Parts: sequence; C-alpha cells; structure tokens
Amino acid sequence: MNMLPIVDHPAAARPFVTNPDRAPWHDKALWFVRSKRDKQASSVPEWEYLRSLASQIKTATIANLGDYLTEFERNATALGAVVHWAADAEEHNRIVLKILRDHDTHRIVKSKSMLTEECGLNPFLEANGIDVVDTDLGERIVQLRHETPSHIVLPAIHLKKEEVGETFHEHLGTDEGAADPKYLTEAARGHLRDKFLAGEVGITGVNFAIAETGGFVVCTNEGNADLGASLPNVHIACMGIEKLVPRFEDLAVFLRLLARSATGQPITTYTSHFHGPRDSHSELHIVLVDNGRSRLRQSDAFRDALHCIRCGACMNTCPVYRRSGGHSYRATIPGPIGSVLSPTRDSSKHKSLPFACSLCGSCTDVCPVKIPLHHQLLAWRKEIGNLKLLSYDKRISMKMASLLFRSARLFSFAGWVGRASLKVLPHWATHHRLNTWTIARELPEPPKESFRHWYAKNRK
Amino acid sequence: MTVALFVPCYLDQFYPEVAIATLELLERLGVDVVFPPEQTCCGQPMANTGCTADCAPVARRFVDIFAPFDSIVCPSGSCTSMVRNHYDDYFAEDDDAFLHVKQRTFDLCEFLYDELQIQELKIEGQDVCFPHRVSLHQSCHGLRELRLGPSSENMTVRDNKVRQLMNLVKDVEWCDLSRPDECCGFGGTFAVNEADVSAAMGRDRVADHVGSGSEVIVSADMSCLMHLQGLIRREKSPIEVMHVAQVLAGRKLKKTNAK
Ligand code: SF4
Repeated sequence: MNMLPIVDHPAAARPFVTNPDRAPWHDKALWFVRSKRDKQASSVPEWEYLRSLASQIKTATIANLGDYLTEFERNATALGAVVHWAADAEEHNRIVLKILRDHDTHRIVKSKSMLTEECGLNPFLEANGIDVVDTDLGERIVQLRHETPSHIVLPAIHLKKEEVGETFHEHLGTDEGAADPKYLTEAARGHLRDKFLAGEVGITGVNFAIAETGGFVVCTNEGNADLGASLPNVHIACMGIEKLVPRFEDLAVFLRLLARSATGQPITTYTSHFHGPRDSHSELHIVLVDNGRSRLRQSDAFRDALHCIRCGACMNTCPVYRRSGGHSYRATIPGPIGSVLSPTRDSSKHKSLPFACSLCGSCTDVCPVKIPLHHQLLAWRKEIGNLKLLSYDKRISMKMASLLFRSARLFSFAGWVGRASLKVLPHWATHHRLNTWTIARELPEPPKESFRHWYAKNRK
Repeated sequence: MTVALFVPCYLDQFYPEVAIATLELLERLGVDVVFPPEQTCCGQPMANTGCTADCAPVARRFVDIFAPFDSIVCPSGSCTSMVRNHYDDYFAEDDDAFLHVKQRTFDLCEFLYDELQIQELKIEGQDVCFPHRVSLHQSCHGLRELRLGPSSENMTVRDNKVRQLMNLVKDVEWCDLSRPDECCGFGGTFAVNEADVSAAMGRDRVADHVGSGSEVIVSADMSCLMHLQGLIRREKSPIEVMHVAQVLAGRKLKKTNAK
C-alpha cells in the first residue's frame, strides 16, 4: 500500500467509493454484520446497563492505571511470567527481537494483534531475518498480498472471495479460479498447520489482562492463538497498557459485550485464559506497551478513547467507512476510533480524518464502552483549527461566513444575490466542476423571496 | 408566553415555505409567536469545520437576540442541537442568558410533543389529512443528539416524537425502510468536503426510500432533505420531499421533481 505523507481522506477514498461494484458490496457486507450485532444486542435485556458498567469500569481503571499495572506485574511475575515494559513501538520491537535472539529463533507464528500492527513488528522482524507467519486467516490473506488489514476484526473484508482465490492460487497452489470459501479455508488450514509445527515462538495479542490475577485472555474464532501459544515453548504476549481490567469478575461484562458488538456472536469461539507459563519447560513473556497511551490519558477531551476494546462495531456502523473502505484512512486503526486515535500520534499527518465523518453519531450509540466518538471527532476539528492546520479555503470561507452572519442586512443581501443569480444564470454556470456540491446534486430552486421578506410583508 | 421562531439561514433563503408552514402551525395552535428579524444563523457551519473563533461571535449574537423570549422554536433538529448541545464552548457556565436559551430552545416536533402535548390536529374544524404513502427520514442530530426517537443502535425504549405527530394526520400510509435511521450523508460542510462519499450515501438513502414504495420522504430536518432533493432532481428519482411542518400544517403534496 502506498503511504502518502499527509493523508487526504477524500482523495484516498475516491477510487473505492466511486467503484460501482466495490463500495455497495462492502457496504452491504458490513451492514450485515451490524444487523447481526443488533439482533444479539437486543437479545440481552440489560444491554444498556452493561454498556454503562463497562464504561464505568474503564474510567476507574484508566484513572488508577499506574496502580493496576503494578498489581498486574506483581501477580503475573508471581505466576512465573516475565513482564517487560516498552515506552514506544521501537522499544517493543527491540524487546521482542531480543527474546527471539535469546532463543535463536528464525520462525514465529503470530495470531492477530492490532498492537503489533501498530508497532510495525512484522516488517521489523522480517528485516532482521525472521520469518513471520500471521495465523489468523484474514490476516494471512492480507499478509500474502503484502497489504495491511483494512478492518481490526475483519482484516480482509475489503476483498472478494474471487480475489482470495487468486491470492491462494498464486501462493498456496490452489486451483485457478477456485473461489469456494470452504475449499479455500481448507487449503489455508493445511498450509498453516505446517507453519504452526515449524514455529519456534508464538506471539499473540491480549484482549483483556486482569490486575487481580496477573493473567490475561485472548479471544479468537479460529483457535489459532491457542495453537500458536501451545505448540512452541515460548509465548510472547504483547499488550497496550489500557487493556487492563481490575478484577476477574469484570471480565464477564466485557466478554459479553465484545463478541456481540464485533461479529454478532454471543461469545467468541475461543476465549483462552493464560495464567503463567504452561509448564516448567516453557516461558511466558508479557510486553506492556505505552506508545502514546500515557499522553492520551492526560487529555480531558480524548481520554475516553482508551476505553476501546477493539470490537470494530464503530467501523461496521460508520456510513463513511462502509463506503470508503478501511485503507482510505491510511492508518493501522481505521474508522471512527481510528480517526480519533491517529491524530493523537501525528495531528498534521492525519488532519483530514476527523472530517471524514458526517457527525451522524451512530458510532457513539453503537460503542459497547460508550466512547463519545462523534463528539471526540468534533473536538478534534477544533483542535486542528487551534493548531492552525486547517486548509486555506476552509479558513477563508468560514471567516467570510462569520462576517456575513454577524449582520442581518448583509446576510439578507447576500442571500438575495445568491437567489437572484441562481435564477438568471444558466445551469452550466452554477453547476460545474468547481462547485463541489453540484457534481452529483442539483442546487435548490430559488424561491422568489426569503422568509424574512415574506414575514415583513405579511405579519406586522 | 411569547415564542420566538428561529428560522435557520438556509431555510430563510431557500425554503421559506417550510418556515411559513411552521409559523402557521404554531399560530393555529394558539401560540404567541414572533420572528426576531435580527437573527441569521446558529453558527453550526463554522463550529463543525473547527473554526471556533469564527463561530463565537455568531453564537453570542444568537443568544443576545433570543434571550428575551420564553421559548425558541426551530424546525430543524440539527440547528437546535447546536444551540442546546454545542454552545457550551462559547459561554461561561453561569451565563444566565445563555442557560435560558440553552434550556428553552426546542425543535418544532419536541415543542409540539413535549411542551404543547398536542393530541389532535385540525384546521377550521377539519382533520388534517395527507393521503399518501410516506417514509420517514430521521435526521441524525434529531435522533441521536435530541433523542426525538429511539436509534437502532440503542436498546432503549423511546417514543418516536416525529412519527407520533405524523400519526395525528389522517390517511397517512407508512412505508418502512430497510435501514430505519441510516445517515443521508449531508453533514453540513461534510457534503462538500467529502463530496463523493456524501453523494454515495445520499443515493443509497434515496434508493431505500424509493424501494419502500414511498411517494414522499418526510423529515423534521430540511437540511437532509435539501441534499436528498438535489440528488433526486439530478437522477430524476420518482419521489418527493416534504418537511414534517408542511404536512402538519395541511399542505398538499407538491411535485418538487417536475422540471
Ligand atoms: S471505539 Fe467502541 S465501537 Fe469502536 S472499536 Fe472501540 S470499543 Fe468498539
């Protein structure tokens, strides 16, 4: 994927949204997931209560994060795990590489983890001569295609089954033109089995870590994390420091919300608990990664974004995401939450993302942990304005609008000019390429007088 | 009680018939309503673009103009939400004039449903009727910021105020959409900034309404309808748009589509 220096979402989205096959199909596929989510959510009478509870637990955790992290480290260490701390992506990658080097490892199996994606672990390890195999099916597909995931839960949702067939034909030797999902899945399974057996170290992400017990939970639908963590003797678990919950019993709240919100399943197929290394011959390493999270924690406007449990529901529901595709965001995490998080890393690079939003608020209502996503996107727009990152035409047009709206007479006059010119000018003069509104839409037909004019004549 | 009519800028200039319908409807219900002529805009375009410094004087001006009235009524969910939910940035927490305006600014449907609690709609003793197949377009801000109805994401029970009011009109035949509250893609400056995505969203929205068998899209927000109407006229889609105030005021279906 071509990385632009500054993300221009409208331009990056254009090929996808204007493709008459791609965008409607992508929209329907994700709406189907959203509908399954609705069915599951409505089957839980206490759904809204669970959302509030989850949000409160997260608020309390983030407020006392330092304490909970220390508690987690103490308990995890007591169970025999080795806990590492990484301030940023670079340190995270170095720690992982060191563990691999200590074990003279050349092949690893990795289950899906957005954190390692965020840290750019794959390219880093590959550059250091290590063979990395992503074992999640969707993740493996995009890996074979040298792409990045376009969705945090459904990494290959942007691809049609025919395209997956082509990729497998090229890399795994499946029949040309084969697009039967069952056949392709079997082929992938066979291919991955060999990789699992050859893997020397397993890397997984973490869905929830429990301060009280020092253990953690990994949720998958394919069981790949279990295999990846069980076959090799070394398991490295990489987690963002916000993944903590205080007590074991809190888990239930989040597990009920996660799968329902993500895919419309009552629970993920595999919810694996890891408490310390498997046996005396095995090692368990846990890497706790900050990478900007402490900074986000300082911010009143955006702190709640740390509640995110990466369910992807906000992407599935977002009408912009559904039509523009995940890659148009040019970010590890796309969609509403990605558009909140990306500018916290580099506001100038990602300044167009908070504007890739109609402020419909569907993400806010769907989010299982009640992050006020669309309010945060609006807050980002202000922040971008304050940082003087707004484009010239936005700044000028809004300055002029402001002047206009400060005087009823000026406003009324400008309105008259607008209506009059719409009336007298030929269609081509008002509907052309430079007037973005009129590329796809007609302008309103001008009425003969404004309401204020009518009112002055009829009601006094 | 004197009620001030707040007519959003684009309604004033392009859809005076919606504002007239709103005024007549309120007058007929016995409300003492006036239109303060100094008003212009709530400042939403500037606020949504991130230009807070440009929005601030417009917001302050708005409060100065409307503070003397008991209530402020606006036939647009999005502009109402701007005043009620997004003005806090521009005023001190204890600014009485602001607090009064914030608490007493209502969307038209809210005002009819919650404040006036109207139970029937008559014009000169006759029931208002609208003998057409109708589909409801719910504006996102009306729905998710003013809670005029339950959103499909939330598992809460709520009255749908717009639909309840429309049910006071005789002979309306409802057509249900496959996606009851999906965004139409207008979003103010979003429509210009993300023109391709906005138009794609709008076209899908129109298709859902047309596919439901509806003759007319009714909404409490004319801004969504302005965007949808622009697409309808460009694509010559077989459907009309009307603001809910026009239906409640007893207006006939007008062929906006005829060119
Ligand atoms: S922001 Fe909310 S809806 Fe979006 S991925 Fe995170 S938890 Fe899920």
